[in-house]
Amino acid sequence: MLFLNDARFRAVFYQFLAISLVLLAASAMYATASANLAKQDIATGFDFLSRQAGIAISESSIAYGPTDTVARAILVGLINTIKVSLLAALFGTFIGVLVGIGRMSTNPLLSRLMLAYVELLRNVPLLLYLFLWYFLIILVFPPVRQAIQLFPGFFLSNSGLAMPAVEWQSGFGLTFAALAFGVVAALVVRAVSQRRRIQSGKANAGWIFALVLLVLPVLAVWASGAISLSWSAPEAGRFRLTGGLQIRPEFVALLIGLMLNLSASVAEIVRAGIQAVSKGQWEAAQALGLPRSRTLRLVVLPQALRVIIPPLTNTYLTVFKNSSLAIAIGYPDLVMVSNTIMNQTGQAMETIAIFMGIYLGLSVAISLFMNWYNARVALKAR
Amino acid sequence: MKRKFLALCAATAALMVGATAAQSATTLETVKARGKLICGVSLSTPGFAAADDKGRMQGFDADICRAIAAAVFGDADKVDFVLTNINTRFQALQSGEIDVLSRQTTATFSREASLGIDFGPTVFYDGQGLLVPKSLGVASAKELTDAAICTLPGTTTSQNLTDFFRTVGGKFELVVLESPDENRAAFYSGRCEAISSDRSDLASIRAVANNPDDYVLLPETISKEPLAPAVRQNDSNWRDIVSWSVYMLMAAEEKGITQANVDEMAKREDPEIQRMLGGADELGKMLGLDSKWGYNIIKGVGNYAEVFDRNLGEKTKLGMTRGPNTQWNAGGLLYAPPVR
Repeated sequence: MLFLNDARFRAVFYQFLAISLVLLAASAMYATASANLAKQDIATGFDFLSRQAGIAISESSIAYGPTDTVARAILVGLINTIKVSLLAALFGTFIGVLVGIGRMSTNPLLSRLMLAYVELLRNVPLLLYLFLWYFLIILVFPPVRQAIQLFPGFFLSNSGLAMPAVEWQSGFGLTFAALAFGVVAALVVRAVSQRRRIQSGKANAGWIFALVLLVLPVLAVWASGAISLSWSAPEAGRFRLTGGLQIRPEFVALLIGLMLNLSASVAEIVRAGIQAVSKGQWEAAQALGLPRSRTLRLVVLPQALRVIIPPLTNTYLTVFKNSSLAIAIGYPDLVMVSNTIMNQTGQAMETIAIFMGIYLGLSVAISLFMNWYNARVALKAR
Repeated sequence: MKRKFLALCAATAALMVGATAAQSATTLETVKARGKLICGVSLSTPGFAAADDKGRMQGFDADICRAIAAAVFGDADKVDFVLTNINTRFQALQSGEIDVLSRQTTATFSREASLGIDFGPTVFYDGQGLLVPKSLGVASAKELTDAAICTLPGTTTSQNLTDFFRTVGGKFELVVLESPDENRAAFYSGRCEAISSDRSDLASIRAVANNPDDYVLLPETISKEPLAPAVRQNDSNWRDIVSWSVYMLMAAEEKGITQANVDEMAKREDPEIQRMLGGADELGKMLGLDSKWGYNIIKGVGNYAEVFDRNLGEKTKLGMTRGPNTQWNAGGLLYAPPVR
């Protein structure tokens, strides 16, 4: 065993051995599963993806009907999952930062209140909260025929919130392009003006230019008359309100549940991050005459961010994966749509493989993005 | 360390070989060796399968399981009930976790063709209907365009609704909730205008409402739902046992044999009754069962009419009429092939 005494060879050899064993086990499992399925006459393969789905999905961000394919139905589910996780992450982080800061307030009432908020949310399973929010919505609000009118055109009921909506007749793509152009231009101007400010040490009017650049392209498109919009307001049909924008209670319950759950975790992460910044930083800033709020914003938070980002990545991954609890309260997310498809085609292995693959892929994408961001804010040795 | 790793590999390999070998015994042998039948039933559906206050499983589907157990063991109580989820019921059967699925399951072409299962005889002819609050003033399902309709997930139910509203030419909002209790709560609270399921199930939903008279079942039956027990494919003997246990219930009703008079009937000269109850011919042996299998079923659970009346009939909370589930000679659809 001469080779095994060579450390460099050993390092490669054992890794190679481990990988081959994993691959062998995986292929053996695959072969056994296919053989058993074939023996039991259970259909296999991915042909079912191009078959007609034949199911209605009540919430869809892209055009979808029961005559569309199974693959498109899965896509609708995926978009619903992303939509709710993204919004939950956005609002949850915002609330979480405020709660985390409030938790360290010198005002005992505020800090205790925030403590109670965090502990209440963290110590009860999310699933139970989802049931709570959902049942609160459907039991507390009146049925849609006795909907509460908040403002003219805004109706609140246990079927959700119906509000007037703008519908694009034409010019959506153009407006979107103009907006994207505006955002990019504004960012560039902002970066340039910031660099100049740092170099010269004088304030400049760059933000006005940025703002103008942000708004101008959209205004130009609008002024040229390429956009035509129509107004759609909810109207009372025989049973419920039709038209306008309808936000369904299943979506709201899931969003609230995920958002609050996330905010509690974020609050603790933010608190830990801020407390990790040494007291000397606060005192130094105070000595320079910075008020407490500016100290927090300009001195402490940027340093805390380095501690905050890695655990925050985990929290975002959790909220994304937790969105699959949607099935309990009837929000048609990826898992729920896949489950229905699984039941109708009977191809459980393939369907589960698809949605596990999607979850894996997106989770990896989220962590790659967060790692990139982490590297950006990490302490740079200069 | 290295030895441990090798042992782990060996164990993994053995596990995978074992997984292929476990399937070879027939279901009857497995059940007999175990001494109990394992039967998959619904989660809390009063009338079909729900535990009573003493924890005993009661219901129409549960009694079908008991009839099979009586045929195999001569004892209707040698059954373990497994509550199966609507999404995993077929997998439970495919994987061998349960021996028979008796769970208000609709027999359909694609289920039989692609799931590796076989359906037994229809035990209950059902159809999908819609339940609405009386206050809506709806007289027909066709009026329900644009309404929200609650259903359970992953069933033929949502597909039937989609098909129905496509033919009517209207849209509807589908609200799919995972648990039956949640579904009912959403319906009672007015989240949806209607709840859709098999008519038998709707009768059960209506029965547990605070005031059953506030709800009406719409007249349309939008689909055929023949509910049948299911077994794994490629085990004819086991399928025969399940099928003939069901037929025995029907045949017993046709012949007027009941749980109470079965001993007396066994003494009758009628040759068909003799064959059914194991007096003449040893028909049971052909299926690998006791020759008294028929007697044991009827002694254990009674005939079809008794099972129906006890669990679903007009004297129960569900108050269902027999409808199409009457004997063929009374204009119904129950038709057991001759026992000979």
